Amino acid sequence: MLGFVIQRLMQAAAVMLVMSALVFIGVYAIGNPIDVLISPDADQHTRAEVIARFGLDRPLWEQYATFLGRLLQGDMGRSFVFGMPVLSLILSRLPATLELTLLAVISATLIGVPLGMYAGYKPHSPVSKAIMALSVLGFSVPTFWVGILLIFGFAVQLGILPAGGRGQTVNVLGVGWSFLTLDGLKHLALPAFNLSLFKMSMMIRLSRAGTREIMLSDTVKFARAAGLSERVILGRHVLKLISIPIVTVFGLELGSTLAFAVVTETIFSWPGVGKLIIDSISTLDRPVMVAYLVLVAFLFIIINLSVDLVYATLDPRLRKGRG
Amino acid sequence: MEAVGLSAFWRDFRENPVAVAALAVVALILALAVAAPLFTPQNPYDIANLDLMDARRPPGYVGSGGYAHWLGTDAQGRDLLSAILYGLRISLQMGLIAGGLALSAGATLGVTAAYLGGRAEALIMRVIDLQLSFPAILLALVLSALLGQGKTQLIIALTAAQYAYFARTAHGAATAERNKDYVEAALSTPLPALRVVFRHILPNCLPPLIVVATVQIANAISLEATLSFLGLGLPATEPSLGMLIANGFQYMLSGRYWISIYPGVALIVLIVAINLVGDQVRDQLNPRLQR
Amino acid sequence: MTAPVLAVDDLATHFFTRAGVAKAVDGVSFAIQRGEVLGLVGESGSGKSVTGFSLLGLIDPPGRIVRGSVKLGGEDMVGLSRERLRALRGKRIAMIFQDPMMTLNPVLSIAQQMTLAVHAHEKVSQAEARERAIRALIRVGIPAAARRIDDYPHQFSGGMRQRVAIAMALLHGPDVIVADEPTTALDVSIQAQILTEMRELARETGAALIWISHDLATVSSLADRIAVMYAGRIVEEGPTARVLRDPRHPYTRGLLGALPSRAVPGQALPQIPGATPSLLRLPPGCPFSPRCPNADDACRTEPPRATEGARAWRCHHPVMERAA
Repeated sequence: MLGFVIQRLMQAAAVMLVMSALVFIGVYAIGNPIDVLISPDADQHTRAEVIARFGLDRPLWEQYATFLGRLLQGDMGRSFVFGMPVLSLILSRLPATLELTLLAVISATLIGVPLGMYAGYKPHSPVSKAIMALSVLGFSVPTFWVGILLIFGFAVQLGILPAGGRGQTVNVLGVGWSFLTLDGLKHLALPAFNLSLFKMSMMIRLSRAGTREIMLSDTVKFARAAGLSERVILGRHVLKLISIPIVTVFGLELGSTLAFAVVTETIFSWPGVGKLIIDSISTLDRPVMVAYLVLVAFLFIIINLSVDLVYATLDPRLRKGRG
Repeated sequence: MEAVGLSAFWRDFRENPVAVAALAVVALILALAVAAPLFTPQNPYDIANLDLMDARRPPGYVGSGGYAHWLGTDAQGRDLLSAILYGLRISLQMGLIAGGLALSAGATLGVTAAYLGGRAEALIMRVIDLQLSFPAILLALVLSALLGQGKTQLIIALTAAQYAYFARTAHGAATAERNKDYVEAALSTPLPALRVVFRHILPNCLPPLIVVATVQIANAISLEATLSFLGLGLPATEPSLGMLIANGFQYMLSGRYWISIYPGVALIVLIVAINLVGDQVRDQLNPRLQR
Repeated sequence: MTAPVLAVDDLATHFFTRAGVAKAVDGVSFAIQRGEVLGLVGESGSGKSVTGFSLLGLIDPPGRIVRGSVKLGGEDMVGLSRERLRALRGKRIAMIFQDPMMTLNPVLSIAQQMTLAVHAHEKVSQAEARERAIRALIRVGIPAAARRIDDYPHQFSGGMRQRVAIAMALLHGPDVIVADEPTTALDVSIQAQILTEMRELARETGAALIWISHDLATVSSLADRIAVMYAGRIVEEGPTARVLRDPRHPYTRGLLGALPSRAVPGQALPQIPGATPSLLRLPPGCPFSPRCPNADDACRTEPPRATEGARAWRCHHPVMERAA
């Protein structure tokens, strides 16, 4: 197991290196690096000074090395707009995004998996067909449009939920969390549902397909022959079997949900990282963009790594056997 | 696919009424979008046609042009029905061009990787897998932010975000095909290798690629709308559906729902219809599901 | 003769598919005593496995038991409520399948799977369920059972896996065990071991054993009685030795003739001409008639059931001469 972890960590480090190079090339080579480092309204003198200071007259590989060195020290530059270190800016916005994303993915799983299992267990019942229709819609309809409909329905027409913002927050561990207050939860409800709908459709499809296949398998026949009730068969045998792909998708989707959060956060004015990146794109706050991309890449690699590890604990076949 | 295959395909397709209806909807939207300039009361991209007196009028309002705005008008006084039809033109255009480019680029890369084999194959596929682990929307977002607004930029961003799906599919199919005896036999003859690739390997990759293509065209349309909604897609002079929705969004809170809702409905109908057709095509082309 | 522990009468299980009705089992009757081993023999598609599943009420749609009865200790299992059926399965009638790799859940430990099986019928503590499971494993000859019970199926060899499956079937001391080709997926040497052990276990516990197999040779070394199935019916049935020595049905005779052990060296194995008929389009009357050397016009009608002492057959023109 330890060897496996070390091997994975080394792979992750290699991927991280490649990703940072790609981001570097993407932003520093395609875009104008001077724009990244200097605010557009800086004067000629500052420009020359900064170009020299950041070594922009150096060859590309040297610049990359410097970039990497700073990155390893946690130095990602300063935001033009907010005038604070990018890292702390992003970290201050992260809790809002994490709270939204986690709530969305967890509710998508907790609702989607049982619905999908039901649809797979009784594929021909009308309820199952309704569940599947829902999942087709959830898959097809763009997230931003669902968000607009939710605001239109619940905030404008019914007026029962707020259209945006985080609401009241409670400070725990030095950061504010919305999910701890009733007002915060009200503010969370629509964006979280918006963000979870696509994932829920995916969970429904995944668990439906898995359940359908497993219900026809000899494993289930054997369990039935042993007199296990359908509830136990579904709850223990089938759930454990489909949990492997579900955990994989859960982990991977956690990452892509962070990306989708960009859309949801913009619609619901949710002050998270996604809103920050959209704002910095429109204000050309490029250091924030670079930092965001590197962090997202980092996050993705961490998530992929943990999915692999969880996978190994869930599937005994991947562990080193004794037999 | 020969004519016999196509007619058999169509016979199976006809058995699913939902898919047939969806196909009819797609065809209708396509026809309306192509013919839009012929019958819309207004060219919504021509600023001379717009009158701010007509802005944000509800559906059915008869404006200064003397005709009724059946779906109302937007903040610039555009007739929404005309704007939606022109928007559909752009959406379809973007979806088809980006989808087509992604298909060609991805299929070429995937088949080449399968053909080359060895380290080159491993490297290409590793990069593609890496890209696939990132959400397409994030990539498209970053690229269009870096490249700026404009049709060409948007097409590049969409293509770059989507080609990897085609590459993976083409690679999978081509590898399976390559290992078959007849291809190995053909490769060992003096026939030019490229001809073998085009005559034997590529045609067999087509069915899975078609399935991916239907899904990805719908995705490209949805992505384009999302990017435009976020203000990263097309310039405001040529509003696509996404931008119409974005522009109307701010008026929604004051109850002027139609500016956002109607373009959105058009978008959803298009995407859902394409996806339903795609689902049926996938079921028919999937050998595992065949009876 | 005591009352049979399981009596099947005119059992019919049909599958209602889009292509038509497949009569997988059509009028099967037999009875089995405690401690007796019945071999159910037939080619694939003869309905022997479907018969086995029907006994436990484990037929999935589009299949359905359309008529007949399965009396387990006097109680007819056909038409029982789902809950009552479930309570009987694993408790009084158990089943073992062909491939233990496919039947055991790969992601649950043996302990987890076996305690689930214990708890399906008895409300005992987790510790006691585990204790019962270990005892069952020991009985089927799993070495170091107390330690190995926490292993996962893939950590066992094929033979050991099948022993685990057998241990699960024996957990509640069932009256009837249905074994559906349990040794087919195993190495020949292990096959023989499991065969003898199963026979011993059945004798010890007094359970009736129904052994389903396509392999006449295996069955004949194990079974007290043999029932030969063809196209959903039992065409011949009787004490093993007598059926083997003196088959009455031409199909049984053909099967025996095709056994490698009976082959004359240097000569091709005799085979039954033709192929198993489609269950969707059975010929009228005797389903074997198109392949039968003795068939004539009479075979277009339903053959009568003839009995002679403990044996029975269904044929218009039974083979009456003694085979050498």
